[in-house]
Amino acid sequence: MSEITLQIDGREVAARKGMTVLEAAKKAGISIPTLCHHEKLEPYGGCRLCTVEVEERGRTKMVAACLYPVEKDLVVKTRTEKVDRIRKMILELLLAHAPDAFELQDLALEYGADRDRFEKESSFCLHCGLCVRYCAEVKKKNAIGFINCGTRREISFIPEIASKECWNCKECFPLCPTEALQAAFVLTKALVFPSPLSELKG
Amino acid sequence: MDNDKIDRIINKHRGKAGSLVQVLMEIQEENHWLPREVLEKVGEKLDVPLSRVLRIATMYKTFSLTPKGRHEIHICTGSACHVRGARRVLETVQDLTGIKPGETDSDSRFSLETVNCQGCCALGPVVAIDGKTHGRISPDEIADALKKYD
Ligand code: SF4
Ligand code: FES
Repeated sequence: MSEITLQIDGREVAARKGMTVLEAAKKAGISIPTLCHHEKLEPYGGCRLCTVEVEERGRTKMVAACLYPVEKDLVVKTRTEKVDRIRKMILELLLAHAPDAFELQDLALEYGADRDRFEKESSFCLHCGLCVRYCAEVKKKNAIGFINCGTRREISFIPEIASKECWNCKECFPLCPTEALQAAFVLTKALVFPSPLSELKG
Repeated sequence: MDNDKIDRIINKHRGKAGSLVQVLMEIQEENHWLPREVLEKVGEKLDVPLSRVLRIATMYKTFSLTPKGRHEIHICTGSACHVRGARRVLETVQDLTGIKPGETDSDSRFSLETVNCQGCCALGPVVAIDGKTHGRISPDEIADALKKYD
């Protein structure tokens, strides 16, 4: 595949066509924060924490680095005032849902995000979709999915599938940036898994 | 629930994952709600994981995952209908049927929903019962109209 060069934070960076800005930056040792990105999964673009500024033919725009394909002579800036402001806002919104999420703490510090800026609405899930996509794309079990829409959107295990598949897998647990996933699993298990007794009876 | 009709709808779209929304809409139209077994069957026959069928079925307000009453009342509470007195119409209907938006009464006679615009604001307040539009309706008139449905 053909090599191209682009500019990231003032440095010339070589990349292959078809790579995303995030991949090119990573290869060059430039870090961009991500939340919903996972190497084994298809790009998703859900959290927008990886927002960067790109300049193309004299115009600048904000794009998600984990989705945006590299182009010859693209000029990327990963830390501008505007980028930082956007990331701060995203973090503050996420912190309203999961104030103690481990992955958010360092980022909040770095971007000066105030965890109390918005009224708490602790749903604990950040809607990164890592659990849902990992189960679908890597394990191909589809034991968990999103339901409802808008502010009521949440993850939900499919009891019939989860009660068979999840016991020996649980590979999605460490992917979750909060503990929402484990909580949902325990709840599903307690409420709707077929009980061992009824299974014995067939 | 008419299983043959549902099977026919599903079979028409066999193996076509892209027809998911269409199939669900046709079944909703026919059966007025989407039972779990039907959703499972749709997933199986269209080759779509159940998690995705559920995501779509819970995403849109058109789809109902609980049984609906024999008659579906949609009361518009959009701004135009609101200023023309939709609230009083809604209150009257709630009082007469004993149900709130999103609910179905215990005799399965009525289901009640509010909608945000029916596209004919000049006729407000607008109430649709089983798809039939009642425009410029007053609380008294809606009370009369409801008597005709059993
Ligand atoms: S439960 Fe966790 S992994 Fe799943 S979408 Fe929510 S935050 Fe992401
Ligand atoms: S990492 Fe790019 S949108 Fe989440």
